[in-house]
Amino acid sequence: MTRLSLTLTPVIIIGVAIILAILNLATPATSALHVSDFVVGLAGKYLCYALLALAVDLVWGFAGILTLGHAAFFALGGYCMGMYLTREIGARGVYANANLPDFMIFIGWKQLPWYWHGFAWFPFAMVMVLVVPAILAAVFGFLAFRSRVSGVYLSIITQALTYALLLAFFRNDMGFGGNNGMTDFKDIIGFPLNRSSTTTALMVISAIFTAGAFLFARWLVGSRYGQVLVAVRDAESRTRFLGYRPEYYKLVVWVLSAVIAGIGGALYVPQVGIINPGEFAPANSIEAVIWVAVGGRGTLSGAILGAVLVNFGKTILTGALPGAWLYALGGLFILVTLFLPKGIVGTFARRTGNDAALPTAHEKQGLAAIDGQTADLAEAGADIEDGEKTA
Amino acid sequence: MSQFFHQPCRWRPAILGLLLAMLAFAPLTPAHAQSAPTSQTAADPYLGLTSRDLDDVVSAVNAISVSGDARARKVLDALGNNELYTWKYPRPDAGLFIHDTDSGAWLNARTGATIAAPPFMQVRRIVASDMVTGAIATAEGVLDLSSPDTATRQKAAEAIFESPAAGTLPIVQHALSHEQNPRVRATLLQAEAADQLALSTTDQTTQLAAVNTIAARGDMAARNELASLSGAPKAVAVAAATAIKHIDFSLKLWSWGETVYYGLSLGSVLLLAAAGLAITFGVMGVINMAHGEMVMIGAYATFVVQQVFRAYAPDLFGASVIVAIPVAFVVAGAIGILIERCLIRFLYGRPLETLLATWGLSLVLQQAVRSGFGAENQNVATPDWMSGFFMVGGLTITLNRLCIIIFAFAVVGGLMAVMRFTPLGLRMRAVTQNRRMAASMGIRTPWIDAMTFGLGSGIAGVAGVALAQIDNVSPNLGQNYIIDSFMVVVFGGVGNLWGTVLAAMTLGIVNKGLEPVAGAVLGKIVVLVLIILFIQRRPRGLFPVKGRAVEA
Repeated sequence: MTRLSLTLTPVIIIGVAIILAILNLATPATSALHVSDFVVGLAGKYLCYALLALAVDLVWGFAGILTLGHAAFFALGGYCMGMYLTREIGARGVYANANLPDFMIFIGWKQLPWYWHGFAWFPFAMVMVLVVPAILAAVFGFLAFRSRVSGVYLSIITQALTYALLLAFFRNDMGFGGNNGMTDFKDIIGFPLNRSSTTTALMVISAIFTAGAFLFARWLVGSRYGQVLVAVRDAESRTRFLGYRPEYYKLVVWVLSAVIAGIGGALYVPQVGIINPGEFAPANSIEAVIWVAVGGRGTLSGAILGAVLVNFGKTILTGALPGAWLYALGGLFILVTLFLPKGIVGTFARRTGNDAALPTAHEKQGLAAIDGQTADLAEAGADIEDGEKTA
Repeated sequence: MSQFFHQPCRWRPAILGLLLAMLAFAPLTPAHAQSAPTSQTAADPYLGLTSRDLDDVVSAVNAISVSGDARARKVLDALGNNELYTWKYPRPDAGLFIHDTDSGAWLNARTGATIAAPPFMQVRRIVASDMVTGAIATAEGVLDLSSPDTATRQKAAEAIFESPAAGTLPIVQHALSHEQNPRVRATLLQAEAADQLALSTTDQTTQLAAVNTIAARGDMAARNELASLSGAPKAVAVAAATAIKHIDFSLKLWSWGETVYYGLSLGSVLLLAAAGLAITFGVMGVINMAHGEMVMIGAYATFVVQQVFRAYAPDLFGASVIVAIPVAFVVAGAIGILIERCLIRFLYGRPLETLLATWGLSLVLQQAVRSGFGAENQNVATPDWMSGFFMVGGLTITLNRLCIIIFAFAVVGGLMAVMRFTPLGLRMRAVTQNRRMAASMGIRTPWIDAMTFGLGSGIAGVAGVALAQIDNVSPNLGQNYIIDSFMVVVFGGVGNLWGTVLAAMTLGIVNKGLEPVAGAVLGKIVVLVLIILFIQRRPRGLFPVKGRAVEA
C-alpha cells in the first residue's frame, strides 16, 4: 500500500494535469470536452497551494512544528518571481521606462535599488526563489530551535514573523510596490502570460513540481533522517538523550520546507498575475494548516488532497454563497479538530502501515509522559551540573 | 545669519522714538479717547499709511494701535486683508479708503462712512508686506490688551511675548498697571520682560531680571525668545545661555514624559486586550485564537447599549458606557462559557488542536457579527464627560486616554483581587496547580474550568468597551489585537498577571519611543522582531512560573 501510494500520487497529479492540458489545447472551444483556461488556471493555483500544504505538512506532520507563518516563505518566493516578471515588463509599462518599474517612478525613485539588480535575469531570479526563503528560514529556525522554543510559543512567533513581514511589505519605501504589490505582468521568459498555451504549460510545470516535491518529501521522511525527525516529533527530550541533536534535525526540515513553499509561491505568481503584501497575512498561513489537517497531518498525499479539496470547496462556495465561506472554513477547523484529528487520508489509511502515522491520543499521552519524565530528569541533571559549576 | 537677526533692529529705535513721542500726546486706552485733546499733527495716526516708505507704514501701524481711535481695529484689519487703498499720488487730504471685497462698498477709512468709489486709476492698494503684517499682528495684540474679555487679553499678551517689539513696552506696562487677572498678569510680566530685552537701552540689572522672568516660563516660546537675544552684555548673554540649557533640559524631560504617557496609553490598551488572555492562556493554558472576537463582542455590546440609550433615554447617554461594562462582561462571559462547554473541554492537553479549532471559531464569530450587524464600522460615541483634555505642565492629557489607562489598571486590579480573595479564585488556582488534588478536595473542576474561561472571556468583553472608544467597531476589531495580545502574554511570562502588566507597559512605551525615530509601522516591526529575539533568549517570558505544571 505504501509503495502503491508512493507511485500513485505523482501519477495522478501529472496524469490529471496532462489530461487537462490536452483537453484545453487540443479540443475546440465549442466541444463538450473542452476545458477552459479558467479551469486550467484554477488547477494550477490549487497545485501551488498543494506545494505550500506539502511544506506545512513536512514540518507539522513530521517534525511537530505547527507553523502559522509558512505563507511568509510562499510570499517571499512569489515576490522573487514577481520581481523578475516586473523587470521583464521593461519599457512596456505605463511610464515606458526600461530601467525602472512603474511603481518606483510613481514614488519618485530615480535609481533601481541594489537588491533589485540581477532580477531581470531569469536564472538568477529562480535561484533567489530558493535562496531567500531558505535564508530567512535558516536564521529564524537556527535561533528558535537552538533556544528550544517549541510548541505553541513557536507557533505564535512564526505568526509574529509573517505579521512583521506583512507590515514591512506594506511600506512603500521597501521598494516592493507597497500596498499594491506588483502586477500587470506581460510575459515569462518570452512567453506571453495571457496565452492559453502559457497558462497550460505553467499548470503542467506546477504539477511536475508538486509531484517532484512529493517524491522528495517521501524520500526524506522515509530515510533514516526522517525517522529521527518523527522521533523528535513524538518525544523530543528522549531523542536528545539518545544522542541526537533535535535542533539540527528540525532546522534542516524547516529550511527545506521553506524552499518548497517558496517554489509554490514562485509558480503561483505568474498564474494569478499579482503579488501583494496580502499574501503575508497570518490568516493565509493558518488556512494552509487547515488544508493539511483536513487531508491528514503526517500523510503527504493527504496534504495535497486537503489543499485541493478545501480550495475547490472555497471556489464553489464563494461563487455560490459568498457569505457562507467563512462559516464553512471556520466550521471545518472545528469539526476536523474535534472529529477527524487524523484527516481524510489519515483516517482511511490507518491500518495500512503508513510509516509516519501520528500516534493515537492514547499513545500520545504515553509518549508525552515519557518525554515529560525525561525532561524532568534533564532539568534535574542541568541543575546538578549548574550546582557543580558554581561550587 | 547674524545679519538676518540684526535687520529688524534697524527700524526699532525709530518706532520707539515715535511711539514715545505719541505717548506724550495721545491717550492710551479707548476709555479716555473722547476727552483727549486732538493735536492736528500727532492726532492723525493714519497719515503714515499713505507713505510709500515701508518704515513709515510700520510706524503708522504701531501708532494706530496706541491711538485709542475707535476705527483702529477696522483699518488694521483692512490693511491686513489687502483692502486698504490710498491716492496713487499724494493729495492734501491724505485719503484712506477701505474697499470691502465682499460687498464691493467703499468706505472712508477714518470715519467709516460709505463713499462713492474713487476713480480706479487714481488709487493704489497699500501692500501689507511681511514686515507690515508682523507689525499688524503686534498692533492688534495691543488693541486686544484692553479688551474686556480675559481670554482675548491673555492671547494678546501671549502674542506680544512671542513677537516682542520695544515699542510695545509702554503699552504692556500700562496694561499691567490695571490688569487684575493673575494669569494674564503673569503673561504680561513675561511680555514686559521680552520687550525689555528687545529694548537696547535697558540697563543690565533689568535685563538680567527679564531673562529670569522669561526662563521661568520654561517652554519652547521662552527658549526662542532667549535664543534670539543678540547684542546683549556678556553677563546677560551668559544668563540667557544658562537659561536656554535649563529650558532644553526640561523640554526634553517633558517630551520624554509625553512619550511615556503615550506609551502608557498604548500599553493600557494592550493590557486590556491581553488581560483576559492572561487568564485563558496564562492560567488555563488554552490557546484561544477567538479571544480577539470576545473583545469585538464586547465592543458590539457597547454599541447595542448605546443604541438602546439613544432610543429610550437620550438624557442619560453619558451613563451608557458605564452600563455597557457589566453588559459586555456578561455577554462575552456567557459566550465564553458556552465555547468552553461545547468545544474547548474536548481539547484540553492538545494545545495545537485548540489553536486551530478556536481559530475556526473566530472566523465563525466574525462572520456571524458581519451577518448580523453588517461589515461597516459602527458608530460608538464618546460620552461628554470622557472627551476633552487638560494640561499638566508641558503635557496634554486627553480624558478618554486617561480613562482607559485608569480603567485598564482597575480591570487588572479587580482581576487580581478575584484571583486572590474570592472562593472562585482560590478554586481556580487550586485547579491550575494540581487538578487531581483539587478534584479530590471536592472541587468541581469542569465547572471551575468553565468559570475561568468565562471570566477570561468576560474580561475580554470589558476590554471591548474601552477599545470601542478609540478604535473602529467592525467585525475585524478583534483580529487587530490577537497577535499583540499573545505577544504581551508570552513576553510577560505565561501565568503571571504582574508580568502581563509589565509587558504591556514596556511594549507600549518601547513602541511609542521608537515611533519618532523609526516611524509607526517600522517601530511596530522592530518591536515584533525584538519580541521574537527575546523569546529565543527567554522562552518562558520575563517572569516564568517555575515548576512542572508549566511543562505540561
